[in-house]
Amino acid sequence: MNHDSCTAVSFEDVSKSFGPKQVLGDVSFEVAAGEALCILGRSGTGKSVTLKLIIALLKPDVGKIWIEQDEITNLSSQDLSRVRRKMGFLFQDAALFDSLTVYENLALPLARLTKKSQDEIEFLVEKVLRQVGLAPDKKTMPSELSGGMRKRAGLARALVLEPKIQLADEPSSGLDRITAAEIDELLLQQKAERQTTLIVVTHDVHGARRVGDRFVVLDHGNLISHGTIAEIEHSDNKIARELISLAC
Amino acid sequence: MTKILEFIGKVSLFGFRAIADLFSPPFEAAQLGRQLEEIGSRSVPLIAASGFALGAVMTLHTRSTLITFGAEAEIPTVQSLAFFVEIGPLVAGLLLAGRVGSGIGAVLANMRVTEQIDGIETLSIDSFKYLVVPRVLACVIAMPLLTLFMNFFGLMAGFVAEHAASHISFHLYITRAFASVDWANFVPPTLKTAVFGFIIGTVSAYFGYTTNEGAEGVGKAARNSVVLSSLLLIVSDVILVKCIAFAFPGNAL
Repeated sequence: MNHDSCTAVSFEDVSKSFGPKQVLGDVSFEVAAGEALCILGRSGTGKSVTLKLIIALLKPDVGKIWIEQDEITNLSSQDLSRVRRKMGFLFQDAALFDSLTVYENLALPLARLTKKSQDEIEFLVEKVLRQVGLAPDKKTMPSELSGGMRKRAGLARALVLEPKIQLADEPSSGLDRITAAEIDELLLQQKAERQTTLIVVTHDVHGARRVGDRFVVLDHGNLISHGTIAEIEHSDNKIARELISLAC
Repeated sequence: MTKILEFIGKVSLFGFRAIADLFSPPFEAAQLGRQLEEIGSRSVPLIAASGFALGAVMTLHTRSTLITFGAEAEIPTVQSLAFFVEIGPLVAGLLLAGRVGSGIGAVLANMRVTEQIDGIETLSIDSFKYLVVPRVLACVIAMPLLTLFMNFFGLMAGFVAEHAASHISFHLYITRAFASVDWANFVPPTLKTAVFGFIIGTVSAYFGYTTNEGAEGVGKAARNSVVLSSLLLIVSDVILVKCIAFAFPGNAL
């Protein structure tokens, strides 16, 4: 595969098993820089595992994963840290640190990973919190936030380091349609303003159609279809057609 | 048997990693301060109350026995030696294993289950250095200090109990209490509790940090942290007492 500057993420024949259970088998795909890719599939088909492999929370058993020019499967922890700084990760349940306030959750990576002064950190955190509509709640503990607010706070934390690649695991799960649409809108806004590459794992076909430029459909750990909406709608694979047409 | 050896190996490697990471930057001073407050300061009331109760009860028991032999003047000496050499370090260790061990195990396991540890990793922060190392170090630092509190309150309770029975003066009680105490009876037993702190911190953090069993894993991590750290603490105490007796033969009781 060609890993030029236009490719943000590339999977080459990646397989991953947990014990005897194979969750991904020989999966290959590419995501171009600035593109929004949605990974669709039924529950337990390896979608979240794919995201965790991209950010190296998991290692593949076989295959290679490229983040821009870096092949990440055998990187040292120092190099991995450098590569991870290019990415932001929105977890399904936001994964906010429950002992820190919303403000502290966002300030932590800035204080740890940048040389910004306290004033600069405060300015940046305020700015991102305003973008996601959480400025008045900066002193709130995560346990006091609603599901939608937690998700927005999680997104704000993922965005605060201005990542080039934004990963989102089920950004709309557990949210009503209006709040889910707001989260999608925030992701699209980031993509438009900073040319961020988006990789979104979702069950929500409405949201996927709103956000995605291209789609990858997984089933039982195998990539069964990929392409634009039109290409998947005309795919030979019945499961892929059914998954994408649920919104129609 | 293989599983037990594998487990011992994993916990040992976990402990060695905590020691190695302690000396490499970034140094988590803020996190260490937070943990010292949680593990140290917030354990003081428990340690003080337990030390006081234990000190009073011990004087009540030893008094009746020593009076039989006409040795009631030795009550302060027995009290101080018992607390400095064994009761203070061991009871403080077991109390900390219960209060802090379960806390560390449960908090880290909960963070693992709710993906907070993964969240830290995705932010390019070394979760082991950020979460585990400060907790282990705080246990190592707090343990000898809490032992001093335990000894102090044990001795004070001993004085109160003895004063109530014989109207002994504070000055005389303290003079007798320290008459037979040598540095070797005080410093090594107090410092050995740093090892207890390391055991409590490492074992509890291991169970919490490595759990992978969902909500059930949180309870299991808390329970295993207390049980195993208490057990290892008692076993290590036997070894450390022997080592101290070997290093200071003249003061071995």
